[in-house]
Amino acid sequence: MSATVNHIPMPARAEPKLLSLGPLEWARTNLFGSIWSSLVTLALGYFMLKFAVGFIDWALIKSVWTVQSDAAGKLDPTACRIVKGEGACWAVIWDKYRFILFGRYPYDEQWRGAIVIALFLALFVVSAMRRFWRKELAYIWIATLTTIGVLMWGGVFGLVYVPQDLWGGLPITLILSTFGLAFAFPLAVLVALGRRSTTLPAVKFICVVYIELIRGVPLISLLFMASVMFPLFMPVGLNPDKLLRAQVAIILFAAAYLAEVVRGGLQSLPKGQYEAADALGLTYWQKMGQIILPQALRTVIPPLVNTFIGFFKDTSLVLIIGIFDLLTSGKVALAEPIWQAYSTEVYLMLALIYFCFCFAMARYSRGLERELGRSVRR
Amino acid sequence: MSSPRDAPRKGMQLSWADPKFRAIIWQIVILGIIGGTIWYLVANTSANLAQRRIATGFEFMGRTAGIPIGEHLIAYDPSINTYGRAFVIGILNTLQVTIIGVVLVTLLGTFVGIASLSGNWLLSRLCRTYVEIMRDIPLLLHLLFWYTMVLGLPILREAIEVLPGVHISNNGVKVPLLDWQPAHSWASLAFIVGLVLVGIARRRATRIQNATGDRPKVWPLAIAALILVPAIIWLGFGAPFHMDIPVKGRFRFEGGGAVSGEMIALLIGLVLYHSAYAAEIVRSGITSVVSGQWEAAGALGLHRPTVLRKIVLPQALRVIIPPMTSTYLGVAKNSSLAVAIGYPDLVAIVNTMLNQTGQAIEGIALIMGVYLTISLTISLFMNWYNARMALVER
Repeated sequence: MSATVNHIPMPARAEPKLLSLGPLEWARTNLFGSIWSSLVTLALGYFMLKFAVGFIDWALIKSVWTVQSDAAGKLDPTACRIVKGEGACWAVIWDKYRFILFGRYPYDEQWRGAIVIALFLALFVVSAMRRFWRKELAYIWIATLTTIGVLMWGGVFGLVYVPQDLWGGLPITLILSTFGLAFAFPLAVLVALGRRSTTLPAVKFICVVYIELIRGVPLISLLFMASVMFPLFMPVGLNPDKLLRAQVAIILFAAAYLAEVVRGGLQSLPKGQYEAADALGLTYWQKMGQIILPQALRTVIPPLVNTFIGFFKDTSLVLIIGIFDLLTSGKVALAEPIWQAYSTEVYLMLALIYFCFCFAMARYSRGLERELGRSVRR
Repeated sequence: MSSPRDAPRKGMQLSWADPKFRAIIWQIVILGIIGGTIWYLVANTSANLAQRRIATGFEFMGRTAGIPIGEHLIAYDPSINTYGRAFVIGILNTLQVTIIGVVLVTLLGTFVGIASLSGNWLLSRLCRTYVEIMRDIPLLLHLLFWYTMVLGLPILREAIEVLPGVHISNNGVKVPLLDWQPAHSWASLAFIVGLVLVGIARRRATRIQNATGDRPKVWPLAIAALILVPAIIWLGFGAPFHMDIPVKGRFRFEGGGAVSGEMIALLIGLVLYHSAYAAEIVRSGITSVVSGQWEAAGALGLHRPTVLRKIVLPQALRVIIPPMTSTYLGVAKNSSLAVAIGYPDLVAIVNTMLNQTGQAIEGIALIMGVYLTISLTISLFMNWYNARMALVER
């Protein structure tokens, strides 16, 4: 369009002078703009200061970082008991962090869990880079997820075999959410296409029922279903393990939500794209695979990341059916008699871990949205 | 209807080249696969049930429950009442938490959302930080944390009296309760009738104002219908007013009303978590209203709070309602996490039920049925509200 408009050269205008405010001027406009604003600033400032001082006092100054062991080699939490209520007892983290991160995974093999976490992080970082957004990314995912499976199970390449019921901690949280996404995504694309289908009313009906049914019930009911009903579904005698059953429930749950996100992308494409593909005589799958999906999926990456953040947090629900994820291992660590009274410290650490993951993803998604929005608006 | 240039209508041909025929074949194949899978699962299930000698059906609902339930809105005695009644109590508890939760989420979310757009830098920063922190922590962790906090309160014997008659302990909150008399029922009824009357009067006033420009006064009627009439009724019954104040006994409180610690922890967790989402929705709704609306209203001489209330929020509501609906649905569904901290909601009660009776399929079907009904009701109501608020274009 811009090619047809005749550009009239405009006389260069002087750049407006930057209004730089001094700190005092800034404070007057942003903190003390009116009487009410000043009152709010003073009240908030007072409470925040009080809270910050109290928190620093509790977390850093009066806190206990390590405790002594007694003669039998047992930890003696007396130091923590003395400051209880006034200072944090970080010794519980110091003592339990490996258990919280890796659960009951054999202590000498926990480096494998650490590598798995690193692999997941690398996978996220690579997937976040736009220059890797191409079909090959799928192969990277398959390769990484296979490596992760090998590392966790072991039994080959001289690695000790670790049965699945010993897995735990952060790797489980990452496995449930990432494998959930990896398997739910293709299913979600199919379901979204089915829901948009105009020629296959029966398929459309099934997809609508599936999506609305899953979105209408809480995840917990699906997890209960996986833990108590799934064994009934299987042939007599066959009983898949708990983690796999929970994973299936999370995949089915995630697929319904992702399908709605993908549908949003399909709907956002202008109709001309569909018509042009039809006019070229492409078959349905050529049209979708070559023309529609590559564009539609690109636009839905930010909401996709937001949905993924949701799953990442929702995997913590497996606690209720007794699977050893990050939150469960934190809770189990607290079951030890000497640490029972220090749950605040452990929960703060867990919150920090979840926060770091979710915050990073949310920031990324927001940045991406702005960037993609810019290129579309152009 | 059809123009003469339309292609002649063809009947379907039994050939792979005919798209209609292909579509039918595909649907038969897909339905066959899905039907086959379902049939396979059902066959397995019935074989399993037969092998484990589990009876199917809902007869167990009529049996005596024997589940102790801490909180019940209707009378309940585990040694007499049935599973059916326990189930109803579960639904009521879930609804109670959902309704209170939705109201609090809306209030807190709206406040934080508006405050995060405040001109006061400190306030807006604080609100945005609140949103960021609250929604990036899993709800279950919220619940566990707040439940530990509640359990960390002083024990019942050393309960703190924050207000006269209001005691806080790790057992929950004890509050004074009004001793309910028929006089109060009649007075409340009169108040509700009054509300309806005032509503009608206001609509009439608006109609007259639109027609003539003069707005008839509504407030005399409002005072009469909302204050005078209920007060006269109450006085006519002899003005009964007796507060049932909780009295600290040796091991427990006598009298008064109680809110359990589980419910408090559940509500704090739900409200903090979901209000962060609600605040984001409100904020983006308000920013979606073009700034020209603010400026135009300002040029008319309206104050900023008036502009927000009368000009901006009504327009923002159209953007806010659809995502807010999913937040409300989220509150309803996530109230099921109560099972983790021992609040007797629907899921917790049905879970105990299915552990006792072994009726897993029926139990989960009940849970899903109830939540589907709640979800559908909320969406229907919000769709109706949305349709009412939607921009009516000529």
